[in-house]
Amino acid sequence: MTEIVLPAPALAADKPQTSLNAGERRRRRRTYLQAAPMALVFLIFLAIPLLLTLMVSFWEYNEYEIVPAFTLQNYRDVFEGCLNGSDLCTTVRTYLSTLKFCALTWVCTLLIGFTVAYFLAFHVRSRTTQTVLFLICTIPFWTSNVIRMISWIPLLGRNGLVNDTLQSLGLIRSPIEGLLYSDFSVTLAFVHLYTVFMIVPIFNSMARIDRALIEASYDAGATGWQTLTNVVIPLCKPGIAIGSIFVVTLVMGDFVTVGVMGGQQIASVGKVIQVQMSYLQFPAAAANAMVLLGAVMLMILGLTRIIDLRREL
Amino acid sequence: MSEITTPNRRTFLKGAGLALGAGPITGFPAIHAAEPVTLRYLGTAVNQSAEIARKVKEDLGITIEYIPVVTDEVTKRVVTQPNSFDLVDTEFFSLKKIIPSGNILGMDAKRIKLADKITSVFTKGEVAGKTIGDQGTAPKKVFYLEGQNGKTFANFPTEWITLIPTTYNADTLGIRPDLINRPIGSWKELLNPEFKGRASILNIPSIGIMDAAMVVEATGDYTYGDKGNMTKAEIDRTIKLLIEAKRAGQFRAFWQDFNESVNLMASGETVIQSMWSPAVTKVRSQGVPCIYQPLKEGYRAWASGFGLPKTLSGRKLDAAYDFVNWFLSGWAGAYLNRQGYYSAVLETAKAHMEPYEWAYWMEGKAAEKDIKGPDGSTLEKAGATRDGGSFEARMGSVACWNAVMDENTYMVRKWNEFIAA
Repeated sequence: MTEIVLPAPALAADKPQTSLNAGERRRRRRTYLQAAPMALVFLIFLAIPLLLTLMVSFWEYNEYEIVPAFTLQNYRDVFEGCLNGSDLCTTVRTYLSTLKFCALTWVCTLLIGFTVAYFLAFHVRSRTTQTVLFLICTIPFWTSNVIRMISWIPLLGRNGLVNDTLQSLGLIRSPIEGLLYSDFSVTLAFVHLYTVFMIVPIFNSMARIDRALIEASYDAGATGWQTLTNVVIPLCKPGIAIGSIFVVTLVMGDFVTVGVMGGQQIASVGKVIQVQMSYLQFPAAAANAMVLLGAVMLMILGLTRIIDLRREL
Repeated sequence: MSEITTPNRRTFLKGAGLALGAGPITGFPAIHAAEPVTLRYLGTAVNQSAEIARKVKEDLGITIEYIPVVTDEVTKRVVTQPNSFDLVDTEFFSLKKIIPSGNILGMDAKRIKLADKITSVFTKGEVAGKTIGDQGTAPKKVFYLEGQNGKTFANFPTEWITLIPTTYNADTLGIRPDLINRPIGSWKELLNPEFKGRASILNIPSIGIMDAAMVVEATGDYTYGDKGNMTKAEIDRTIKLLIEAKRAGQFRAFWQDFNESVNLMASGETVIQSMWSPAVTKVRSQGVPCIYQPLKEGYRAWASGFGLPKTLSGRKLDAAYDFVNWFLSGWAGAYLNRQGYYSAVLETAKAHMEPYEWAYWMEGKAAEKDIKGPDGSTLEKAGATRDGGSFEARMGSVACWNAVMDENTYMVRKWNEFIAA
């Protein structure tokens, strides 16, 4: 702290002719100092661990130790068999499965999230009701997401509530097997868990839209649909983008939901990493983590290409 | 405030005095005895019962502080954080990873009073004089070390023991007799298309692949040199079979922890699956019929035991030996036997069990009275017999042991391929 205060006046007194320059520099330095705590946090908790992971991904390992070295074997193992062509390799298969859930979850959460946010922002007039309804959306978050996920199981099981009800209504003869431990149940759980991450940023964007713009749109003769597509959606882009980043990164890194709802039968990148970690294959897990990081970065890069978040905010 | 700080400072000073005097001056047994010892006990939750901790506190004055983690995590902790515990309860197969890391100490057999009473399952690989299956990491292969700090296993008895056994058991398939309605007698039924969409296997690669190997041998397709130490080609063959079954929709789900296996079975999602003994008991205690089915190809066995970290010394080391000796002295053994596990020293456990309990759990006889669990709940009505029968019948037909293979890395990679298929 002393560094901030002390040298600055001394510097200014020494060189009065460059006072403006020095003042400018001082201000800049102060800005940097103000940003420093956050930068430090990022450095210690994000940048350094990432660099360590990158470093370890090039190390060798055996059953009980990791050995500093430089080998590409871990990456070779990740992509083993990917160049054969005939059959998809494990990594590609795993990523395709994860990407499929990503896409399905994104579409569902976007549609539901947008609709809910739209209702909250434009149809609920009173501020209080808006806040209350918004808080209601977050109530499920008061419990752990594992509990929210597991509560689906008695509902969807072979002898679960849904199958029992349908059977007693005479709508189906034998239980629908695909309700649980299937792509359906995984997507359902993801949508249930992550829709709020879409609602919040989109609602935030919508709340900032100047109501006069909507009125102007109607005055100019636009239909409700035209107003939605030409005014509301473009102005919600940042919210949609932020929500999408949340949902995409959460789904890409998840292994608990896929594990529990998919009956451990569906592969996910996170699960592969977790298995390797529990077998002390840290370098292999690190290599997989780096590949996953690269994949997610590419997706987010693509997203920010479409929407310039910096400008929109 | 002052009331609280004063004794704190006093204990601190006493501690400092002790630390100063620890080197040259010895002989303050009164203070030693008065200072309570706490042992941090690393292991899986299955073996860590509050009752045992309470009883040992009562008998020895030692406080046990449990660190419950899953099986793989125990190994990871021993290898990566050897200072974070004072006593570890781990499976014998993980010794292949732990011993080369040099983080645990050979236990001095001379300080274990009942060392020569430990059942021959561990010391010789025999039950009642009959040699049992030793494929995989059979405890007798990793029971002795060549030196206290040795990194190689001795294939003859030495005075340095790697792990003092706590519990062990023989695992097989659990079935729902009410939903299957016919006798099941072989491991191959796990992949029988009759149970399509109603079977399960555990998603712990090193154990799951052994169950799969039992199935492969049962079908008569192939006989392994050692199911617990497959060659790459054997791993490929086994995984290929699993992938085919998975693509054909044989499995309803895979399970990874105890409760998942109980839920799958109790809810009827699965009717046949790999299972652990207490899980079967738990399903039955919910009023759902479930059998731990003995199969003609035999059991896949496992065993776990106490190890001491190399960093342990002084009073904590003494306390750890005291605790291990206490553990073998009978009360804990009886406690474990009543849960369906087996204990290391059978004679002492027998002395702590009622004759009718011993007859039911260990001799495979029909229960004379209702069989109660350690918590007092009724596990079985009078007249019931234990699945698989007596200790000799069950442990005597062990075919293989949980293992770490030489090709472990390759196996894990192939297992991930199976999950992704």
